[in-house]
Amino acid sequence: MDLRTFFEMGGYAEYVWPAYGLTALILIWNTWSALHSETEAQDAARRRLELARENRS
Amino acid sequence: MWTWFHKLASPPHAYRILGRIAPWFGWSSLALILLATWWGLVRAPADYQQGDGFRILYVHAPSAWMSMFTYVVMAVAAAVGLVWRIKLAHAAAAACAPIGASFTFLALATGSIWGKPMWGTWWVWDARLTSELLLLFLYLGYMALRASFDDPQRADRASAVLAIVGVINVPIIHYSVEWWTTLHQPASVTKLDKPSIQIAMLIPLFIMMAGFQLYFGWAISRRLRGEILRRERNAGWLKEAS
Repeated sequence: MDLRTFFEMGGYAEYVWPAYGLTALILIWNTWSALHSETEAQDAARRRLELARENRS
Repeated sequence: MWTWFHKLASPPHAYRILGRIAPWFGWSSLALILLATWWGLVRAPADYQQGDGFRILYVHAPSAWMSMFTYVVMAVAAAVGLVWRIKLAHAAAAACAPIGASFTFLALATGSIWGKPMWGTWWVWDARLTSELLLLFLYLGYMALRASFDDPQRADRASAVLAIVGVINVPIIHYSVEWWTTLHQPASVTKLDKPSIQIAMLIPLFIMMAGFQLYFGWAISRRLRGEILRRERNAGWLKEAS
């Protein structure tokens, strides 16, 4: 199979590729969002601990 | 057994365990999703009716499945949190919502893209599509309800009730194609007798489903770690963890 027929997807290219592209996009967003929410919580916890340390000294 | 369970449900322990297993989930899901994408787009034979258009199945069905699976996990976690007052269970339920919402959106969007060439329309108010849309609203409502409380404990309790009531929608989605005459095709994989789909087409579907399932494992691990930290604002163990 050559590359061109592959990309043509038997005439369904305009549907198949957006569906796969959107899936990739959503998974990437989800990944970013999960990592972001985790690191954000870690940073906030770290800041709180530092603040508590400063208040004590 | 119970001491083991209590240890697992303790926030610092869960935080550490989740951090350790997340990379395994992440890399294995990436490998399976890439394999299934190649298999589904290149190796699987074209459908005799839908040609290459049927390949949307490999992203549509797993996301639809995950949208329902995630909701059940969320509702069960919320119920456990409500009944046994386990903070970690509430945290897990909260962590499910954004993941489930994104899978639901993906199922609706890829279904819409698939519907255009096969049904001739992007959208139709049939039972399957409508109940799946309701699922999206349940996720969004759950998140909005959580966000409306300042006190996390009250947010946990109120949103748990919504999550549990909403779980009725999951069997409705699943059986909608049998109960009502719909445009959406009936189930071809989850049937009691033999699945009405070729094995060669089925293999990439199962790989993709496994990949999505593992991806859920990764995403929930990361989000749950964040939720734990947000709830354990003043706990002593945070000093060692950070």
